[in-house]
Amino acid sequence: MTTPHGFSATRRLVLQGAGVVALIGLGNMASGPTPALAAANDKYPEDAFKQKSDADAIKSLYGKTPEPSDKVKMDAPEIAENGAVVPISVTTSLADVTSISILIAENPNALAASYKIPAGTMPSVANRLKMAKTTNVIAIVEAGGKLYSTTKEVKVTVGGCGG
Amino acid sequence: MASTIRVRAISSGETTEVQALIQHPMDSGFVKDASGALIPPHFIRELTFEYDGKAVFVADWGPAVSKDPYVKFSFKGGKKGDDLKISWVDNKGESDTTTAKIQ
Repeated sequence: MTTPHGFSATRRLVLQGAGVVALIGLGNMASGPTPALAAANDKYPEDAFKQKSDADAIKSLYGKTPEPSDKVKMDAPEIAENGAVVPISVTTSLADVTSISILIAENPNALAASYKIPAGTMPSVANRLKMAKTTNVIAIVEAGGKLYSTTKEVKVTVGGCGG
Repeated sequence: MASTIRVRAISSGETTEVQALIQHPMDSGFVKDASGALIPPHFIRELTFEYDGKAVFVADWGPAVSKDPYVKFSFKGGKKGDDLKISWVDNKGESDTTTAKIQ
């Protein structure tokens, strides 16, 4: 009588062990590449747009930090006479680009715009953004699951008499 | 009402360059009106370009995008005479959609 009972107990232990291993495996997956993919492909990234600092916005949007790259090119004026309309364009020679984001460091909310680039669309975008004051503009390119950035300071002249 | 979206999509054979200009106040929520009251935020959140049933470009915007926003991008493919569908939704749930012919 003890044999089947003992057997099933061992079996339960073994199954439990297997379950734990499986859970750990899933946990690793979830903290790995999944959040970044979700951020890039999912719906409107509401939280990222609410973050005050550029670092927090990047973290919320992508879940990782970018490395500076000279393959990310940003075209922005040295001096913007009107902070309400600053033409900024971002382009890159990197392959497998999935998104391009533009952040303005000292705006009330740093993240200004985030563009999804499906396969077949050129990794290049031009737009016009508002800048509260002279600050760094940060362009982020997500390519092959990694983040690359470039930064440029744009001077905003208030009142139009130099900066 | 006339469409708020003006689009020009030009095919160069291999790629199609798209330029879009949208009429929208893009109020940030940080600006005060003449009487000193804050103008509540009112901005486009999502702008989507679709070609042949697939999204070719999706913009997620915050209130830091300039008034009457402009955007330019290009994608591979796209034939002259084909339709490009453009739509936006703002933070108040207002939206607009238009279809442009690729030139």
